[in-house]
Amino acid sequence: MPVETLAPTRRREFLAGCRDELPILLGVAPFGMIYGVLALRAGLPAGTAQAMSSVVFAGSAQFIAVQLIRDAAPAAVVVLTIFLVNLRHALYSASVAPYVKHLRRPWKWLLAYLLTDEAYAVAASRYVRDGHLSDPSPLRHWYFLGAGVTLWASWQASTAAGLFLGAQIPGRWSLDFTLALTFIALVFPSLKERAGAAAAVTAGIVAVLAAGLPYKLGLVIAALAGIGAGLLLERRRA
Amino acid sequence: MSWLPALALGGALTFATRLSFIVLLGHVEPPPLVRRGLRLVPAAVLSAIIFPELLLRDGVVDLSPSNPRLVAGAIAAAIAWRTRNVPLTIAAGMAVLWALQRLVA
Repeated sequence: MPVETLAPTRRREFLAGCRDELPILLGVAPFGMIYGVLALRAGLPAGTAQAMSSVVFAGSAQFIAVQLIRDAAPAAVVVLTIFLVNLRHALYSASVAPYVKHLRRPWKWLLAYLLTDEAYAVAASRYVRDGHLSDPSPLRHWYFLGAGVTLWASWQASTAAGLFLGAQIPGRWSLDFTLALTFIALVFPSLKERAGAAAAVTAGIVAVLAAGLPYKLGLVIAALAGIGAGLLLERRRA
Repeated sequence: MSWLPALALGGALTFATRLSFIVLLGHVEPPPLVRRGLRLVPAAVLSAIIFPELLLRDGVVDLSPSNPRLVAGAIAAAIAWRTRNVPLTIAAGMAVLWALQRLVA
């Protein structure tokens, strides 16, 4: 094969992004189905539950929103909780911002819409992998798009499947646990760096201690504590 | 009452959050400290979701080997560490969880 054909093209970047997102779907698809099942049980109409998957498009926030709706929480609490649980996406936004800075506005808006945990994990690993190269691919946003679109499509489809299956999936299958397992698969290989490990352990412990805080604030506090611990460790060793 | 307006507002806030720095950093460069901090974000946030899932049972910390999610998660973590294989990690974790739940039941 001539070397030229190995150069990145839009199509090749897009398909590579789709391909690298695929393993993660094993964790996402059951999660989307369970969301669909729980949304129906909470009394949400199927159309509203499906709409939430494209309007909010954030698994953990949607799960918590469904819990609150089931418990007849006020709408303001549901809105605030979705916002707080998704605050971590501001950090993802800052993380990918340098890499999408050169893009036109429609691209920035599209990639921002697709910036979920799972798409971020895949896209960020690509940017970090290329980060030290003097001439990284100028078409990496197509890779990001491929990963994001793949996740979006599977999230919509698995939500629809969950709504369709309804109550037929027994709770004792514990399919919600696939979310934690997906995150474990993404995080643990990156902990070989000491600052990353310190950030993860600190954030995890603080999250457990702060789990009782209202509005899932514990998640935000724990993440900030973890980042602070990692930075302190880097500074002491520097 | 329809939940659509509230969910649409939550979605709009989520989108604004995701867009925030992508738009801001077009004009502002992050200082090195912020950049280093951001590299630690995925490990910190994902761990903050993982740990309570594994360690809390009905809101109480359970570090005993009779906590099936802790055991399944620990085995999955070891597999992830050694293999970096996402599907294998998920499949092994679920298999261990189901086996332990069956043992207890």
